Amino acid sequence: MRDASKHLLFILAPLVVVFALLPGAYQNHLLLFNFVIFLILAQGVNIIYGFTGYLPFGYVGFFGAGAYGFAVMVMHLQTPALLAVLVGGLVAVALGLLLTPLLRLSGAYFAIANLAASLAVLHFVANPALEGITKGPYGVSLTGTFNPTNAYYAAIAVLALTVGGVVYLKNSPFGLALQAVREDSVSASMAGVNIVKMRVIAWLGSALVAGLAGGIYAWYVSVFYPDNVFSSEFSIFAIVFALFGGVATITGPIVGVLILYGIYNLIGFTTPQYFQLIYGLLIMGLVLFLPAGLVSLATRRGWHVP
Amino acid sequence: MSPDKSPILKVSKLVKRFGGFYALDGLSFHVVPGEILGLVGPNGSGKTTSINVISGLYGPDGGEVVFDGASIGGAASHKLVHRGINRTFQVPKPFLSLTVRQNIQVALAYGQAAGDAAAAPPSMAQLLEEYRLKEVADRPAADLNSAQQKMLDLTRALATRPRLLLLDELAAGLNPAELDWIAGRIKALAATGMAIIVVEHLMGFIEQITDRVIVLNAGKEIFEGTLATAVHEPQVIEVFLGGEHAH
Repeated sequence: MRDASKHLLFILAPLVVVFALLPGAYQNHLLLFNFVIFLILAQGVNIIYGFTGYLPFGYVGFFGAGAYGFAVMVMHLQTPALLAVLVGGLVAVALGLLLTPLLRLSGAYFAIANLAASLAVLHFVANPALEGITKGPYGVSLTGTFNPTNAYYAAIAVLALTVGGVVYLKNSPFGLALQAVREDSVSASMAGVNIVKMRVIAWLGSALVAGLAGGIYAWYVSVFYPDNVFSSEFSIFAIVFALFGGVATITGPIVGVLILYGIYNLIGFTTPQYFQLIYGLLIMGLVLFLPAGLVSLATRRGWHVP
Repeated sequence: MSPDKSPILKVSKLVKRFGGFYALDGLSFHVVPGEILGLVGPNGSGKTTSINVISGLYGPDGGEVVFDGASIGGAASHKLVHRGINRTFQVPKPFLSLTVRQNIQVALAYGQAAGDAAAAPPSMAQLLEEYRLKEVADRPAADLNSAQQKMLDLTRALATRPRLLLLDELAAGLNPAELDWIAGRIKALAATGMAIIVVEHLMGFIEQITDRVIVLNAGKEIFEGTLATAVHEPQVIEVFLGGEHAH
């Protein structure tokens, strides 16, 4: 486990320290918070897509479920924010359990079914008939727990947990077995791997981190509508960031978020009219020329990328 | 092979249907520890299907598979691996993006029988050395040629310490020198007490390594005995060469 401690020391620790210190030096705290949220989501996508090959097009379903899990706890039971965040994570895990039959599908079929499932959850939550519980389409306002500073540090804690999880996958027989299942599930079962159990664990793990991130997001913004927290932008961005950097690595999704979300905000501020054009071209170029992500520039040369 | 040993695997009246087609139609045979049994027969006679059923890829539609005294028909593959059954594939299926070493590591980490901690798993170095994969150990499996991928498939199986090993056309595509070498290796494995079932089209190879063959046709066994006797059996000649040669 020498590599694992190296990865924790040289990737996880600097990332956490930098984001913990940045609010003191940089005024746009919302932007920093969004960076942390996307780092969590991109790593969550990495866990399920990078290590098992399931592309979660409806990943936002877990995020939104976490946000509403948080909101319902705070609105109806006046629970403290941290506890409500944990409940948000558990709600996402419960949703993940409900959706485990989707794992029977593969490739595009899984991606589409997962997208449909996230839309179903959105319309369930936004149903006016549930106004008494979720406030339906009218959105929630959670002024009682509003505390962006604490929410930001909670997000960093979840980021540390998530990156720690990926470090574990990258350095353990468990992570290796997951990748074996991704490569060839028949051979993996003939290597003694219980493929169903493996897939479900990875699936629930990635649901948990998205749910925790959703709960913290609800805590941070405190006022939101179903369309905000179930926006497909979260799924798409998290997937694109993870792919851009390179999945099944620890650093890939981090690099992807820092560069692409950085560019996104840069273009968004300076030349918003070109934003979609530039972003679209960038993604097309990525898919055409670097399908295995930025890290493949290094791995092609035989360099090992953690 | 000593004939007094009790069979480690007993297949009786095995049936496997695909829609209306009977791939296996009442197949029965057995194999004892240390024996190399050949399964031969024309294409579509059910050789690979029987291996797929025994290794848990398909559940049987009828009949029984008894391994070590317990009925195992329909059990999940990974559980059969833990009981001591493993196999290679006709088209090798390594984990392409993982290195050769990582491929074997998965089987070493997950393929060991539960509650059998006393017996040490085979050593990585020894497997790499014995199956000529040492030089490519740290390359992705995708870089290997087909003979090397076959050896990797075999080492993946051996890393789980099988007591019954099913080899599906391991020899196809190997050159004569490689064939001799792998024949020696298979015999050495059988000498350790491993029961081995070999599916193969290369009759010379079958002749060289098997103690006994089962000839299959249309999902049933039509002959059991040595290959030398099989070639004089009219029914065997008929299914291999056509009716007019049998007389």
